[in-house]
Amino acid sequence: MSLPTPPSAPYAHSSANVQRTMALVMLALTPSTLYGLYIYGWPAVFLFALTILSALAAEAFSLALRRKPIVMFLGDGSAALSGWLVAATLPPWAPWWVAVLGGLIAIIIGKQIFGGLGQNVFNPAMVARVMLLVSFPVELTRFVDPKPLFSQGAPDFSQSLQIVFGQIEKFDTISSASLLDQIRTVLKQGGDVPGGLAEHYQPMAMLIGDVPGSLGETSALLILLGGLFLLYKRIITWHTPAAMIASIALIAAVMNLIDPARYPGPVYHVLSGALLLGAFFIATDYVTAPVTNTGRLIFGAGAGALVYVIRTWTVFPEGVAFAVLLMNALTPVIDFYIKPRIYGRNRAGEPLPGPDDAG
Amino acid sequence: MKLFSIRGGVHPSSHKSLSSEQPIRAIAMPELLHVPMRQNIGAPAEPVVAEGESVLKGQLIGESAGPVSAPVHAPTSGTVTAIGDYIAPHPSGLAGLTITIAPDGREAWAELPPPLDPETATGQEIADRVREAGIVGMGGAAFPSSVKLGLGTSRQLHSLILNGAECEPYLSADDRLMRERSEGIVGGAAIMMKALGIPRAIVAIEDNKPEAIAAMRAAASGHGAIEIAAVPSRYPMGSEKQLIQVVTGVEVPAGKLPAHAGVLVHNVATAHAVHDAVRFGRPLISRVVTVSGGAMAEPGNLEVLIGTPVADMISACGGLKGTPEQLLLGGPMMGVPLHDKAAPAIKGNNGVLALSRSEVNPGAHMPCIRCADCVAACPCGLQPLEMMIRIRNEKLSEAADVGLYDCILCGACSWVCPSHIPLVQYFNYARGALRDQDIVKQHQDKLKGYTQRREERLERIARAKEEARKARKAKMAAAKAAKAKAAAEEEATDA
Repeated sequence: MSLPTPPSAPYAHSSANVQRTMALVMLALTPSTLYGLYIYGWPAVFLFALTILSALAAEAFSLALRRKPIVMFLGDGSAALSGWLVAATLPPWAPWWVAVLGGLIAIIIGKQIFGGLGQNVFNPAMVARVMLLVSFPVELTRFVDPKPLFSQGAPDFSQSLQIVFGQIEKFDTISSASLLDQIRTVLKQGGDVPGGLAEHYQPMAMLIGDVPGSLGETSALLILLGGLFLLYKRIITWHTPAAMIASIALIAAVMNLIDPARYPGPVYHVLSGALLLGAFFIATDYVTAPVTNTGRLIFGAGAGALVYVIRTWTVFPEGVAFAVLLMNALTPVIDFYIKPRIYGRNRAGEPLPGPDDAG
Repeated sequence: MKLFSIRGGVHPSSHKSLSSEQPIRAIAMPELLHVPMRQNIGAPAEPVVAEGESVLKGQLIGESAGPVSAPVHAPTSGTVTAIGDYIAPHPSGLAGLTITIAPDGREAWAELPPPLDPETATGQEIADRVREAGIVGMGGAAFPSSVKLGLGTSRQLHSLILNGAECEPYLSADDRLMRERSEGIVGGAAIMMKALGIPRAIVAIEDNKPEAIAAMRAAASGHGAIEIAAVPSRYPMGSEKQLIQVVTGVEVPAGKLPAHAGVLVHNVATAHAVHDAVRFGRPLISRVVTVSGGAMAEPGNLEVLIGTPVADMISACGGLKGTPEQLLLGGPMMGVPLHDKAAPAIKGNNGVLALSRSEVNPGAHMPCIRCADCVAACPCGLQPLEMMIRIRNEKLSEAADVGLYDCILCGACSWVCPSHIPLVQYFNYARGALRDQDIVKQHQDKLKGYTQRREERLERIARAKEEARKARKAKMAAAKAAKAKAAAEEEATDA
């Protein structure tokens, strides 16, 4: 493909391009995802591959319908990244059709219907996550204990194919629940948080990720590593993740002080579920988040608070996807009110007073 | 000295080492010099010589035509061979009125105006001399310098800032000038301070030019009121508004001139030209140009006569290496494309660049992904992506509402855009389209005015006719009545 010379200055350009940005985000996701594939074994590998293939196929199909250049837009990496993020939020042994549906929903309903790259209002991966969760609550909350690849008791290649392609019932011994579910169940059964935590909560295992959970969300350390890499590469700014983590941690700390028996503390909330993945990789999505740093602080703080509210007081054990979608809806409002001050003008957009006008 | 921060900015590769160690050198006399009459913002000069006439070096050949205009002088002695259209150093690639001189090689000077003593000359005398010398802003804007000096006399200024930032990549002309001719620059600063009664001057130089900073410090050491400020190397530090902010901490109010912030800004090369004009009576007939780029064989800094064809400058630098992706006048961030190497050097042109493909680094245009790197890069606090969206939807006045006219067109947003969206092109287009709309509207208003006045006039005429008719009728009636009355009286007397 021949690249056009710019029509006017500048006749120089930074090394940035869309493919590079998407590739760096995928690179940042790689450690936590590889770890997830390792501890959850072949079924997770199949699920991951299926979701990305489905997203790519949906992108190609939509582009063909819209008569857009398929190679250029498939090559930008955005569809693969959306598929990747959907897979990261799925239970690692989910059936094949969850993966396929996830990829299709993310790309077709989450992105292409709005007009493709850069046009969507809601984060495509979270649209898919929420639609799947609401439609198939059983499949979307059936987690498994880690069974690392090639370890004793891990399903082999052909058993894994059976798991992914619909015969998970044969392996009913492995069903498990995430910590968020467990604590919720404890509370429902009349227990209290400290008791539940004493039984199920292992902060070190959660840091490393050796716990039941979604495919790419369990290792707090590796996700943090990826997030720091994105910050170092200046793909994201610190504002969104910092505000999101600080906001949920602060609310959790206050609530925990008020009633430790009902409300777990900040570390539990920050390390649980999709929070870190959401803070560094989902809420920082360019297309659906505010464009100013102040706006990003508001966005992150709002998302963190919503996650807390949803986890604590609604029927859903996890709320990152809902929280991000709700804040996505607020992004245009935030961008409308939060703007940088223009040089030589005050915040209201009027020219600054000159020395002549003073007094 | 204390510096202030500016918003945004970017760090493009400087590429300055290609030419920055090459001393300023003169080049062989071109066969023909093509001196354009339009070398400044405002009205072009008007020729005052005729074809076939002999001219001397420094002789006036085009006089200024209006308050915002600058005269043009013969860069060398020779014969005027043509006065007419010639390719202009302009992005349009169109021709403009140009005086072509065949040099005679004698370099015989015309009689120059007497040197002025800056200590005794009045501000008006100095401003007049700067105007007569045809000095315009040499940093690229080419605004007639005397107009800026004249503005200064009408209000009290607290600082003169000499712009030696040279923040555009590749360019090293000002760098070399500051290293090699620092005395003249400091002299020019002192002259302008004296002329306008400005108490202090600051020479702002990006800190990637330590030799220039040292040379200027040494030259300014005798003048207590001239300071050298090493400003951070960040594009667009050399933009007038941003430089004022970084040096004084004050923002120029929107829509106002720097003088409203009590500041006057001149380029260092302009200061040098002012020095030459006042001390030696010399008009502006040459300048230093950086000839560089990855596709230039031997980059360097040339002192060229105004009117020297670009082709001569390129061949003086060893010619081109391969096929350049882009030929440019000025720097890569704000320069203009050069369509024809026959175009001549002008007063405001500080660089000729031949950029290779990897230097231009073109990319496929992708949709905006709202990464907001443009918002972070904008030194003016604008949201380039928001302006672009409005312009693409032909909502130009909305784009103006969100800051189209606060944009300084520095190109930092386009440089940083991962989707390679030519944002500056959008902004230029929108401004041009709005200007066209404005002209059409003015024209329509004028026509409407004509029509309205014609209708009023016709009405007035009709009314006047009507009144005249009535008056006539009344008069006739009165006359008739009088006649009748007279007849009746006559009858009565007869009776």
